[in-house]
Amino acid sequence: MRARVLVVDDDPALAEMLGIVLRSEGFLPSFVADGERALAAFRESRPDIVLLDLMLPGMSGIDVARAIRAESGIPIVMLTAKSDTVDVVLGLESGADDYVVKPFKPKELVARMRARLRRGEDAAPEMLTIGPPSNQITIDVPAHTVSRDNEEVKLTPLEFDLLVALARKPRQVFTREVLLEQVWGYRHAADTRLVNVHVQRLRAKIEPDPERPEIILTVRGVGYKAGTG
Amino acid sequence: MPVRRALRPVRRYWRILARHLTRYSAPARRAWRRSLQLRVVTLTLLASSLLVGTFGGYIADRSAEILLKRAEDNARVAMDNKVEYALKQLTLYPQARDPELPGALNDLVNDLFDGEDAARGTSIISIRAAHHPDLQAVAVPKVDATDLITPEMISAVSGDRGGVNMQIRTAEINGQNTKYLVYGSPVPTRFGHVELYYMVPLTSEDQDANLIRNTVLATGLALVILLGLVAGLVTRLVVTPVRVAARTAQRLSAGLLDQRMKVDGEDDLALLAAAFNQMAANLQRQIVRLEEMSRLQRRFTSDVSHELRTPLTTVRMAADLIFSEREDFDPAVARSAELLQAELDRFEELLTDLLEISRFDAGFAALDAEHSDLVPIAERVAERLAGLAERVGVELQLNLPDTPVIAEVDPRRVERVLRNLVGNAVEHGEAKPVQITMATDGAAVAITVRDHGIGLKPGEERLVFNRFWRADPSRARQTGGTGLGLSISVEDARLHGGWLEAWGSPGEGAQFRLTLPVRSGDRLVAAPLPLIPRDRNAEVNS
Repeated sequence: MRARVLVVDDDPALAEMLGIVLRSEGFLPSFVADGERALAAFRESRPDIVLLDLMLPGMSGIDVARAIRAESGIPIVMLTAKSDTVDVVLGLESGADDYVVKPFKPKELVARMRARLRRGEDAAPEMLTIGPPSNQITIDVPAHTVSRDNEEVKLTPLEFDLLVALARKPRQVFTREVLLEQVWGYRHAADTRLVNVHVQRLRAKIEPDPERPEIILTVRGVGYKAGTG
Repeated sequence: MPVRRALRPVRRYWRILARHLTRYSAPARRAWRRSLQLRVVTLTLLASSLLVGTFGGYIADRSAEILLKRAEDNARVAMDNKVEYALKQLTLYPQARDPELPGALNDLVNDLFDGEDAARGTSIISIRAAHHPDLQAVAVPKVDATDLITPEMISAVSGDRGGVNMQIRTAEINGQNTKYLVYGSPVPTRFGHVELYYMVPLTSEDQDANLIRNTVLATGLALVILLGLVAGLVTRLVVTPVRVAARTAQRLSAGLLDQRMKVDGEDDLALLAAAFNQMAANLQRQIVRLEEMSRLQRRFTSDVSHELRTPLTTVRMAADLIFSEREDFDPAVARSAELLQAELDRFEELLTDLLEISRFDAGFAALDAEHSDLVPIAERVAERLAGLAERVGVELQLNLPDTPVIAEVDPRRVERVLRNLVGNAVEHGEAKPVQITMATDGAAVAITVRDHGIGLKPGEERLVFNRFWRADPSRARQTGGTGLGLSISVEDARLHGGWLEAWGSPGEGAQFRLTLPVRSGDRLVAAPLPLIPRDRNAEVNS
């Protein structure tokens, strides 16, 4: 099945070029040029993945990411001309799963998109628990659901993958580089802020007190590990 | 030297005393140094005490003198009258042995006493006859007045050249100490002369003098205190605006640019406040202008970045597409596709570096520090550059600690610096080994990158960090490079509060040292590794 891609970018030349590349790589692209209409186009085309430019006329890319995130957990990859910390972190915090900095190599972009789309392959029945006994999180891996006190917690696929990666090896400390490789599919270490921001977002959803995490613990100078109590 | 030896313990005690004095008076001296008000009030109190004391003392003394003088004059007049009266009475008796004389003397003394003013206290009148021991001394009232009439006075009054004499004595009369003005005068009679003594108590004069002294003292004290208060008040009037100005200046320099002083009236202090406010307004305007300029610069950088990168992305993707199809083209077009691809890489690098530099110039670069292990960063850099090193025949030797080296750094920036340093070393290493060494002393981490290539000429240790600087413009570049790498690295190091330095010598190679504080924001004092490599001398000898 060919994956549907929604490209939100206001530059017609870039959009056309992206279309050529994506089609040649076997995607089904659709396009929208401004932020205002992005959400309507998203509802209409029901894509598998969104490519989102951060600087858009009308509504900014960050607002679009927030609006999409509010109703769906589908992968969002930001296209950004800025590698400034603030912009990237803001984009990630507003819901993007990953980002590529312009100018990017087509292969790099496609690799990022494939990594975000590759999922559901390991559907072996598996139930995982994570966190201290007083505060346990249950993960049903094939069903893609996470629950605390029999109440479902909504996670994006990326957040889910991150949580599963940590929960599968509860005693192991994961460096940010290892998590980037396992969850994001980067073969070479990239921006470790991706991990930081997503861990924070995940904590905000599953930790009773995100300031004092009990489920995903920080190992200073090394990385993260699952809390087992 | 015995004197000096004897003085030694004295000197020692003096030193100890001086030390104690220094220590305990420290707070007072600090207050003295710091408070203008305290100094002014203290000096005013001292000066006014001195003045008021001198004048008050003079007034009190003068008043007492005047009082005494008047008492003396009064007593003198009374004395003269009494002597005249006594003279009249005693002319009747030609001989000292006259049996009626003692009685007459008694009556005389009583008569003389009758005229006395009882209200003034007890005067004493006494008649003696120093030359006629038979005649008993008489006194009214009957008290022992021998303490008041001293032998010296007796001899002064009754001597051959005797005359009126006066003295002031205090004696115990009727059980209480009283000050008396004692007048003595010879009274000539036909049998020689007797002496009349008239003693006036100075009690009321003393009381008056005391009253005056106390009044002067109280007034003076009140005056001094009032002057001190006035001085305090006046200095306060002046010091308060100055303090307010100082506080406002502090707030201003802390970044609260809206702070202003209150302008009251039109006096000098109002002038100070107005001038201060004007200065603050000018400062604020300048700062706001600079901020605005910096913001525009940032905005421009960001816009340029976006506006350039978007078409570049399109070009890049198109070039990639053409590049991947180049086998189907004729050789000239195929080579063009390759050149396009390669130069696009260079263009992209240059753009990235230029934007990075302009971000530093705009003061927009932010440190994203986190606790990171520097060892894997160095390993990763070496791993990435291994391919290039192998191509030019350089061996990368890593000399890293076995334990993690955790420091609060921005890992992306540190990695970029190391990539630059190692890349340069490989490029200029002339196929000789490049050593990467790391060490920490708990406060700082140092990483050195040493090559054994052509090295640096004297003076070039600083030039290498200049933008677009090249050691030898005619020399062909192998890895390309933008010429901005080391300039960006220096800025990265500076952003960490760290150092990036170079050492080099022609033919001996070069060494670059990056030193970073372990805790972000700490000041660096020393680096755990030397800038000039230890192997330098050995190399020269061999």
